Amino acid sequence: MQQTETNYQKKSLPAGLAKWGMILFVAGTALSLLAFFADRERAIFNYLVTYMMIVSIGLGSLFLIALEYIAGADWSTPFRRILEFFAGLLPVLLVLVIPLLVLNHDLFHWAHEEAVAEDKILSGKAPYLNTTFFIIRTFVFIGLWILFYWVMTRNSRKQDESKDQSLTKKNIRFSAIFIPVFALSITFTAIDFMMSLEPHWFSTIFGVYYFAGTVVAALAAITITIVLLKEKGYFSPWMNEDHLFSLGAMLFAFINFWAYIAFSQLLLIWYADLPEETFWFLTRWSGGWVFFSLALMIVHFAVPYFALLTQPSKMDPKRLKFIAIWLLFAHLLDIFWLVMPNMQSMKNGYVFSWIDLVFPIAGAGLVMLVLNWNSKKSNLIPIGDPKLKRGMDFHL
Amino acid sequence: MLNDKKIFGIAATFNTPDEIINAANKVTKSGYTKFDVNTPYPVHGMDKAMKIKPSKLGFITLVMGLSGAAVALIFMYWAMSVDYPMVIGGKPFFALPAFIPITFEVTVLLATVSSVIAMIALFFRLPDNKHPLHDTEYMKSVSADKYGLVIESDDEKFDEISVKGFLNNLHPAKIEVVYYPPEETYPIFQPKFLLLLIGIALTVSGATYFTLNKLMYITPFTWMMEQDKLTPQKGSELFSDGRGMRTPVEGTVAKGFIPYPYKGQTNPVEVLSNPFLPTKENIELGKAKYFTYCSPCHGYFADGDSRLRGQFPNPPTLHSDRAKNFSDGMIYHIITNGQNVMPSYSSQVTRDERWAIVNYIRVLQRAKNASDADLTEINKESGSNATN
Repeated sequence: MQQTETNYQKKSLPAGLAKWGMILFVAGTALSLLAFFADRERAIFNYLVTYMMIVSIGLGSLFLIALEYIAGADWSTPFRRILEFFAGLLPVLLVLVIPLLVLNHDLFHWAHEEAVAEDKILSGKAPYLNTTFFIIRTFVFIGLWILFYWVMTRNSRKQDESKDQSLTKKNIRFSAIFIPVFALSITFTAIDFMMSLEPHWFSTIFGVYYFAGTVVAALAAITITIVLLKEKGYFSPWMNEDHLFSLGAMLFAFINFWAYIAFSQLLLIWYADLPEETFWFLTRWSGGWVFFSLALMIVHFAVPYFALLTQPSKMDPKRLKFIAIWLLFAHLLDIFWLVMPNMQSMKNGYVFSWIDLVFPIAGAGLVMLVLNWNSKKSNLIPIGDPKLKRGMDFHL
Repeated sequence: MLNDKKIFGIAATFNTPDEIINAANKVTKSGYTKFDVNTPYPVHGMDKAMKIKPSKLGFITLVMGLSGAAVALIFMYWAMSVDYPMVIGGKPFFALPAFIPITFEVTVLLATVSSVIAMIALFFRLPDNKHPLHDTEYMKSVSADKYGLVIESDDEKFDEISVKGFLNNLHPAKIEVVYYPPEETYPIFQPKFLLLLIGIALTVSGATYFTLNKLMYITPFTWMMEQDKLTPQKGSELFSDGRGMRTPVEGTVAKGFIPYPYKGQTNPVEVLSNPFLPTKENIELGKAKYFTYCSPCHGYFADGDSRLRGQFPNPPTLHSDRAKNFSDGMIYHIITNGQNVMPSYSSQVTRDERWAIVNYIRVLQRAKNASDADLTEINKESGSNATN
């Protein structure tokens, strides 16, 4: 124990992270700004895709932290700091969300008051879908996330110094409060930012669908980070293939969960065959979008399912890293597929544009910078956590 | 006495999990292959120490799961699209999304059930339920608080003295030799007991046969069966023709039923006349019944545009001159009696409802061929209230 403490106190992440993060962020941001001048509507839709991706990783990580506390899991305790670093994306959302609120006219049909007045369905939904309430909701949710992030990571950091076990207990209580808050806030966030892009359409399972993808994205992000750090010699000598297996098994479980929810949504709408519901899928089954829909089934489910099916594949760091990167792209594709066909000019089919490529670059750079910045604030592993030793000695 | 018994193996018990891991490591290293470890709970790292290969059970699960998926899909394809195609909810015959849940269930069912059966039958060798370690002091101690290791006599290197010496070097808490248990004879297979079973079986079945086939037909027991009443198909001494079942008096009509006089005639010379005025209520009734019973083939507007995707020949339009010139009674006759491929609807639609349908068909025919006068009339009405 003594040895691990000295090994891990304030050990900083590889220098390449900050460097590459900076390069990607600056290049991506410059191109993104250019995109806003080239085609403002397309740019803001793409911005939304990347924004939701960052929400996925940040919020999903906070959820996994809460899950660890509430379930009493110990295998993931040594990696909890990685999750906390990723959850550090949540305060950044306060800034990131502003362009979406400013340009809400370009995004949301329901933000046009004259269109709402003519439309019976939209005026019926207006008490919920109006700009004022939308902005209030957005900031309340982000505020709640930041609050829980701040309280839980502060307790976790304090524990490094004081080794006070009651802090774990406190965090378990906060996690128990956070889980229902999380369930409601992620549902309404998914409805507000993605489902309401097509305000005539509704699907009661939409929040769960986004949640399933969120956890996949967060797990994929930490898996990549953990495997890369392991390759650079971090987490040695205690980290073993059973830790990797657990990460792989969680990924496997959640891609199955995602497929289950995605299929449930499709099956019910397909079976009822009501025009007010089916048109959403029909848009995504026409023009170039049909290839996105097919690709989603294969990329987000079939390939990772068979790739992670066997036990050795979950234990092999190289394969796990590849699949985690793959799944991160799959989630990006998923959000792209949810958001982009709602653009008026793309309703009849997909048209390629370079704008689609630049925003994820800026997003990736930002995530790397935030990860690096957060990692400077605390130890790489929670050395004061009472479950740490058990987590390090974890065997299946 | 002891020398008569065959040795199953030599068992050593240890006090701590670390000792047993160490022992398993040493046993593996010295080349013994037929040995087993028994602990009160799963000890981490034991698989590695014993060099156990990953279980092959997963392959059975995979193969059976895939066959479950295939069987479910092929069966549903055959049943729903080949053997008995049916339109359900307007979906295609091979409605893949609807089949997925069932495919999933059958996959999981076959995979899990076959895994459990394979585990019990192949890996636990099910019918063989007497392992030599059962009921030994050794097994009692390792299922409570000790950690045990047995080197079996099947091992190529097995030799009682050298194995004992080897195990002693590991400093176990205890060493014992485990023998095969003596062959047991089960009292259940003794001839006396088998004869008793056969005797009971013969007595019970004989008594049952006697009771049901003989005893029940002896006088006091038959009183229940012999009653002075007429049962169907029974003869009667009361009526002169000797039949128990009587035909109704000629001209009897069932309650609430008026026989149709032109039944079975393809081209009746005369038909009934419509007893109903086309009031709003009557036409509403006719519309509802028309939508339910007629529209699947004739179409909502009687154009003969069937919704049955060619499973049934399309009927001609009802807007032809022939159909328009039919009298009300003729249309009623066709509904009651059927025509060509169209079957009789007399059992589905009551008499009054049939007349209502006739009235509604007249509405459709007039709407399709509306005259200018009609349009003026409708425009006048729709000024205040749009009607159907």
